[in-house]
Amino acid sequence: MSQPESAVADAQAGGQAQESLAALAERYGLRRAIARPTLPAYLRQLWDRRHFIVTYATSRNVSNYSESALGQLWQVLTPLLNAAVYWLMFGVILAQSKHIENYPAFLITGVMVFTFTQRTVTGGAKSISGNLSLIRALHFPRATLPLAYAIQELQILGWSMGVLIVLVLITGEPISWLWLLIPVALIFQFIFNLGASLFMARIGAFVRDITQLLPFILRTWLYASGVFYMITDKTKDLPGALRWAMEFNPAAAYIEFMRDLLIYQRFPERWAWVTCIFWAVFAAIGGFWYFWRAEERYGRG
Amino acid sequence: MADVMQKPSEELSKMTVGTPTVIVDDLHIVYKVYGAANKQKGNAANALRRIVRRQGRPEMKEVHAVRGVSFVANHGEAIGIIGRNGSGKSTLLRAIAGLLPAHKGAVYTNGQPSLLGVNAALMKELTGERNIVLGCYAMGMSPGETREKYDEIVDFSGIGDFIQFPMSTYSSGMGARLRFAISSAKTHDVLLIDEALATGDREFRKKSKDRIMQMRESAGTVFLVAHNLDVIEETCNRVIWLHKGKIKMEGDPQEVLGAYNRV
Repeated sequence: MSQPESAVADAQAGGQAQESLAALAERYGLRRAIARPTLPAYLRQLWDRRHFIVTYATSRNVSNYSESALGQLWQVLTPLLNAAVYWLMFGVILAQSKHIENYPAFLITGVMVFTFTQRTVTGGAKSISGNLSLIRALHFPRATLPLAYAIQELQILGWSMGVLIVLVLITGEPISWLWLLIPVALIFQFIFNLGASLFMARIGAFVRDITQLLPFILRTWLYASGVFYMITDKTKDLPGALRWAMEFNPAAAYIEFMRDLLIYQRFPERWAWVTCIFWAVFAAIGGFWYFWRAEERYGRG
Repeated sequence: MADVMQKPSEELSKMTVGTPTVIVDDLHIVYKVYGAANKQKGNAANALRRIVRRQGRPEMKEVHAVRGVSFVANHGEAIGIIGRNGSGKSTLLRAIAGLLPAHKGAVYTNGQPSLLGVNAALMKELTGERNIVLGCYAMGMSPGETREKYDEIVDFSGIGDFIQFPMSTYSSGMGARLRFAISSAKTHDVLLIDEALATGDREFRKKSKDRIMQMRESAGTVFLVAHNLDVIEETCNRVIWLHKGKIKMEGDPQEVLGAYNRV
């Protein structure tokens, strides 16, 4: 133990009295490494990492399919197959379609919109716990990871939306000016997804078992969100509070919003706008704040 | 000599060789390990019984990896850290990098020490080209800096046309060279190297040694963990020997390495 003290003495070089290492650190302006940045500083750091976020998302998409023979084609095939399976189950076998006109388009829109949220939330929950080695090796604002996962899902959604629009046209719906509002709907939903995924990222980082539980929670959410049925059909006999809760469900709101634009050619009602915007703002602010609060603890312990 | 020197930052240029960059003050690190071996079988019935009896997960263990380490590192130094497996070398590096919290004591640093560990950001299914860009962005470089450094990285890695192939096709030596080339492309005030130079041929080792020397000249500080003692002897001006989380010996490389080899 004599060596460090001699280094201290060397550094002093003026024959002063022995000072503690902490005092020496202070004299040379050295600081403790671990500290959480303020919220504005954190946002700035995230903005500086924007190139990494986008590149990381794209790279993950490219590498995901690099092993399969059909490669990037799976980005289109996966949503198509999903829609086909649900159509077979709920359209043909369970014959839900009696009351709803153009049931295939109704169903596929619901599935695609819900899948976007579902995949982003699932990805978010794994974004920290699945990248511990990266977190333990490099310094960067940790929100970069859930953000990159969300962008990755947005890129996949681009393909799904293409498939969806073609399918809707095939089922005989006309092209409408309202389709110009589709990106707006997707932006609301994306912001909501981002918030939800940041929230889940923190939970997933500290509660390891959540990845086992999450599929069940998400499936319950799927069945409660009016993907297979008209939500107003089911809620009309329910007591007020429960009915309100089901219709205020963010996933249901985004699905209905998209169906209005894509299938029914009607401008979404005011409550739909309010619900969609409320959830986007609420989730983004709440999720981001919640995630940031644990910033210095990710990848520890 | 002056044109060889690269000034990593404004702040550093004001500093002179010999002033402290990293101070480690009576540092203790304790961490938890999951999934360690245990006598009971890990089946569902046992897990349920544990939950009912309100016992914690038995496979969770506390490891006291670093036990009261203190030293001062200065500008322009390259410090080798040696010791057996499990002596706390890597843990110490991670603590200096600010990636592990101190249980007791503290690490004081000037700026942000970076671990040479871009590996985790790279994806083996992607080509070397894409990985260079990805790795540079992961270290926080801008697209401009990345373009500027790109040729230098390819050059330094010396893997030639393989840069267009996925990294999964590389030999382990080639992979290590590319990773070192990427992570050393950024100028760091304090660089921590953990076993990165173990692989690679003679020529590459010489190149990486030169790069470490270059960093020392530009008043950076380098920490090097290696089992290959030759590398440490060639590049470091000081060696810390860790044994069971404590400093057993510290000082001149030849002296410490000599003592270490006699054990």
